[in-house]
Amino acid sequence: MHIMEGFLPHPWWEIWFAASLPFVAYGVSRISRMAREQRETLPLLAVAGAFIFVLSSLKLPSVTGSCSHPTGTGIGAILFGPWITSVLSTIVLLYQALFLAHGGLSTLGANVFSMGIAGPVVGYLIYRATQRFNLYFAVFLAAALADLATYLVTSLQLALAFPAADGGVLLSLKAFAAVFAITQVPLAGIEGVISALMFKYILQARSDVLIRLNVISKPDLLRLQGGAT
Amino acid sequence: MKGEVIALASILVFFVAFLWTSQSGLHEWEGADAKAEGVIEEITGGSYTPWLQPLWEPPSSEIESLFFSLQAAIGGLIIGYFLGYYRRKAGEGN
Repeated sequence: MHIMEGFLPHPWWEIWFAASLPFVAYGVSRISRMAREQRETLPLLAVAGAFIFVLSSLKLPSVTGSCSHPTGTGIGAILFGPWITSVLSTIVLLYQALFLAHGGLSTLGANVFSMGIAGPVVGYLIYRATQRFNLYFAVFLAAALADLATYLVTSLQLALAFPAADGGVLLSLKAFAAVFAITQVPLAGIEGVISALMFKYILQARSDVLIRLNVISKPDLLRLQGGAT
Repeated sequence: MKGEVIALASILVFFVAFLWTSQSGLHEWEGADAKAEGVIEEITGGSYTPWLQPLWEPPSSEIESLFFSLQAAIGGLIIGYFLGYYRRKAGEGN
């Protein structure tokens, strides 16, 4: 979903930088507060960041005949919310822009917005809305839709910058979504399943931290553990 | 156990779907990013040239895959280390 270096004309790259900056800045302040007050959550923060690292390095072939990669931002969004996840995504996107020439520095703002903000916001809201039905299904849905939302926003960003001569933004959106969003549907499903599994391992290891982070409630945890035995 | 089974089953379905599509028709399996570049060219009639080039590009696909595997390895190490650390801590508590 990276928009390549130099592929967003003025004024779009500036606009997306301006849109992303406050989010990332607030995320940094949230992380530094967490580092002071809730040190036991830091290893989990590292795990959430590393999860984005791993998943966004996997280029998977999709049934449409092209390759794309999952984003891995769903877990971060569920555990820490979208602000902190935007910081984690920025780190990954910087790595890929500098060492792999995937994405770019001029398009960093746009890429952070789609992968670090839009996707995680969607994932967070979906998780909050569905968690009382079935926890793991909520994680699956949140991660899958966060992934899909990221690619839809990328398509929109490109469509806004490159409206078709006749047909305008809408026609361009269709063309870009055909490349990005359709390819992404099966990958989003896989990402959802893997995220749910990851969430299970985190839950087994440190359910106490998840309660402190307000990710799950104590009664829900007891019910889940009761159901497991 | 149930979670692992579901995950394995869906990865298997994904893999079979890949095998099936790669047998029918010609697919290049190129990156979606590159395909989007093609769409930009189509829409603008080839008039758009990127105004900035990447500072550094991996000189070959071998070196590119080096950095991709590094990325995955770093992530995998961190996940394994901290989940192991948490497990050990949980074990000590009992």
